[in-house]
Amino acid sequence: MTELQIEGLTKAYGPDTTVLHGLDLTVPSGSLAAVLGPSGCGKTTLLRIIAGFLRADAGTVTVGGRTLTGPGTHIPPERRRIGIVPQEGALFPHLSVARNVAFGLTDRAARRRRTEEMLDLVGLAGYGDRMPHELSGGQQQRVALARALAPEPALVLLDEPFNALDSALRAGVRADVRAALRATGATALLVTHDQQEALSTADLVAVVREGRVAQCGSPQDVYSRPIDPWVAGFVGDAVPLPGTAVNDTATTALGTVELRTPTEAPLQGTVLLRPEQLRLTEPGETTPDGIVTDVRYYGHDAMITITVDGLDTPVDIRIGGHVPLRPGDRTGIRITGQATFHL
Amino acid sequence: MTTARAPWVLLGPACLAGAFALLPLGYLAVRSLERGPGFAWSVVTTEGTALLLGRSLALAVVVVAACLLLGISLAWLTVRTALPGGRAWSVVATLPLAVPSYVAAFAWLSAVPELAGFTGSAVALTLVSYPYVYLPVAAALRGIDPAQEEASRSLGAGPVRTFLRVTLPQLRPAAAGGGLLVALYALSDFGAVSLMRYDTFTRGIYTSYRASFDRTPAAALSVVLVVMTVALVALETRTRGRRGHARTGTGTARPFTPVPLGRMTIPALAWCGAVVAAAVVFPLATLGYWLVAGNLATWDPAGLLNIAGVTLGVAAGGAALTTVLALPVGVVAARYRGRAADLLEQAAYAGHALPGITVALSMVFFAVRYANPLYQELPLLVCAYAVLFLPVAVGATRAAVLQSPPVLEDVARSLGRSPLRVLREVTVPLAAPGVAAGAALTFVVCMKELPATLLLRPTGMDTLATRLWTETGVGSYADAAPYAAALILLAAVPSYLLGRQRS
Repeated sequence: MTELQIEGLTKAYGPDTTVLHGLDLTVPSGSLAAVLGPSGCGKTTLLRIIAGFLRADAGTVTVGGRTLTGPGTHIPPERRRIGIVPQEGALFPHLSVARNVAFGLTDRAARRRRTEEMLDLVGLAGYGDRMPHELSGGQQQRVALARALAPEPALVLLDEPFNALDSALRAGVRADVRAALRATGATALLVTHDQQEALSTADLVAVVREGRVAQCGSPQDVYSRPIDPWVAGFVGDAVPLPGTAVNDTATTALGTVELRTPTEAPLQGTVLLRPEQLRLTEPGETTPDGIVTDVRYYGHDAMITITVDGLDTPVDIRIGGHVPLRPGDRTGIRITGQATFHL
Repeated sequence: MTTARAPWVLLGPACLAGAFALLPLGYLAVRSLERGPGFAWSVVTTEGTALLLGRSLALAVVVVAACLLLGISLAWLTVRTALPGGRAWSVVATLPLAVPSYVAAFAWLSAVPELAGFTGSAVALTLVSYPYVYLPVAAALRGIDPAQEEASRSLGAGPVRTFLRVTLPQLRPAAAGGGLLVALYALSDFGAVSLMRYDTFTRGIYTSYRASFDRTPAAALSVVLVVMTVALVALETRTRGRRGHARTGTGTARPFTPVPLGRMTIPALAWCGAVVAAAVVFPLATLGYWLVAGNLATWDPAGLLNIAGVTLGVAAGGAALTTVLALPVGVVAARYRGRAADLLEQAAYAGHALPGITVALSMVFFAVRYANPLYQELPLLVCAYAVLFLPVAVGATRAAVLQSPPVLEDVARSLGRSPLRVLREVTVPLAAPGVAAGAALTFVVCMKELPATLLLRPTGMDTLATRLWTETGVGSYADAAPYAAALILLAAVPSYLLGRQRS
């Protein structure tokens, strides 16, 4: 079992630059967690502390029950059994692909077999004799993963590994990496600022803000039950509406909506919806209506911005496929599904 | 980026190298105060010292002014105008860097003996050191965003006004840094001024050392010279620190539209041609003349071969010791921040500020007092080379280590390697080509070194440089020429290899 447990992790680079403020995070054995946050939120510092390149000011890091960082404990990186997959792969340019993968293997007898196994796992069997510069960006990234997985680490850290790849390649490499991690059963932590990447790749998403975990849960959980408007806006597009909540429903300018978590006394606050929860209806019926001010067409779907009477900010609606409207048209709006309510 | 403190396997040897580099400086101070601060003060404040100071400073000022004129004008012409053959000019313009000052002095003195003195020293030093201004200014000119000049033109400023108000101010840091390097060169030079028989501080120190058994005056004068050069280096470092602010945006790739020269093409070509002729063609031609005109009876191929062999040997020894000492310092300087690392780097750069003559003198003093068997023996000379040229090798090592991203070392650590093994298996193999280039460069500068070699060589030993100096000093130019030619040829091989590796 190689569960990763982080408790109260604190790190400051100077008197006024505290980067981690007592961060807590638990990643169950064998799962892939994404640490999602804007740049400067401390996610790189977190990764470097887990790997042992940085010392924490306070807090503990344990992997599979073994304390790596803690009061009076700092295991050096080479004895942590933590593999890292850096941005852009960072293969050793002076070693062949096979020797890169074998770099962390100490058992000479098994080295050759294990190297071939790992290259096979990442779909690069037969590439062992190539030099890193002879590979494409995606191939380099896969070799970096094979290199990290070869010594059977207790934990694998992935530092924005797909950033350098162009978007056409990214989805494929991402899926391959996920499959390889699944196949080895390794516990993994993926650091990223890309919410799509976090939601689509990870089993568990930890949204980090200002050195703390703001919310941690399954991708669905984080997306549909954001803990506050900031998290909602960071993991996806959000439609904030002023509203009043009573028990399990809220009333807004766009009508009433069911709440995921009931409140008790009547409360004024913000009701949060996702753009795909809003539907277009024929204007002038029972639903409220507004005027289309902008249409952005993406192919697989489209985003329509509508100015509604009684609302200070326009609302965004996501619809699939055909766009029946143009700017200036009048349309009705209907809410579907459930919303979250925030004070 | 990496952990704040360097591991002891690196820091230990690096500190040793740093201490080694500072040793002569420290000992020089001790030695100059040996007969009391009063005596040292009385030496420093004599009329003779003031005269030397005035002469050194006058020479430095004139050389710097001339180098600024040559360097900036050539840089602008070769980088920004439609000068025919601009590329070739920019290569040829840097060639004088390879000419030792005493070879330039030999060329001018043997052709125009009347130049001896201030004029000859100024001419020789200017023609070998103007590339120190040319190179940074040309780089700065290439770095300026052309959009700035276009904006200035669109706002109604003509080409001259644009150059004066937009371009020139941005060249100031580069020109100032280059000018300070030239000043340092002029102040520390011994070869050219001694052949030109112009009494400056360096020549004064040498004469004082040779003339009397009391070496304290020479030490006291050395301290004054070191104080001046250290001040210059400090100034140069400060301008270098600020140079970054003059840069704009993120390196624009957009090329300049070359300024058409029109009717000025011929004068511009004549100007560039004159500078290159004086700095490169003339010394070579003079050398060729004396080689041909030389009396065949005085030809001594066996002696020449022997001296060339000795030169290669000591230079190889100097380069080897310097490179070994520079390795830990370069790695620490590239990978670690913090007060200890910064201090160490500065200590290693001490040689940059120390004129060869003062390093040699301090080595003499140190050996006479603490290591008498080494006095006038080869190891001492090799140590002097290491102190003098440690900055060259440290700079090359540091740059080579910086070339590979530190994340590679992190990955190696995470795969179970100790810091020492990461150094051996990742850092050093990746930096090896750059370190080798640094060693080659050190080899070349050791081979050309004159003042320290003159003072520290074992009795009866000659290098190409010292023999050239001796023969020129007594006016036997034809006898000097073969040594000059051999020196240039031998130094050209590693320089050529370095140039090829870079391109």
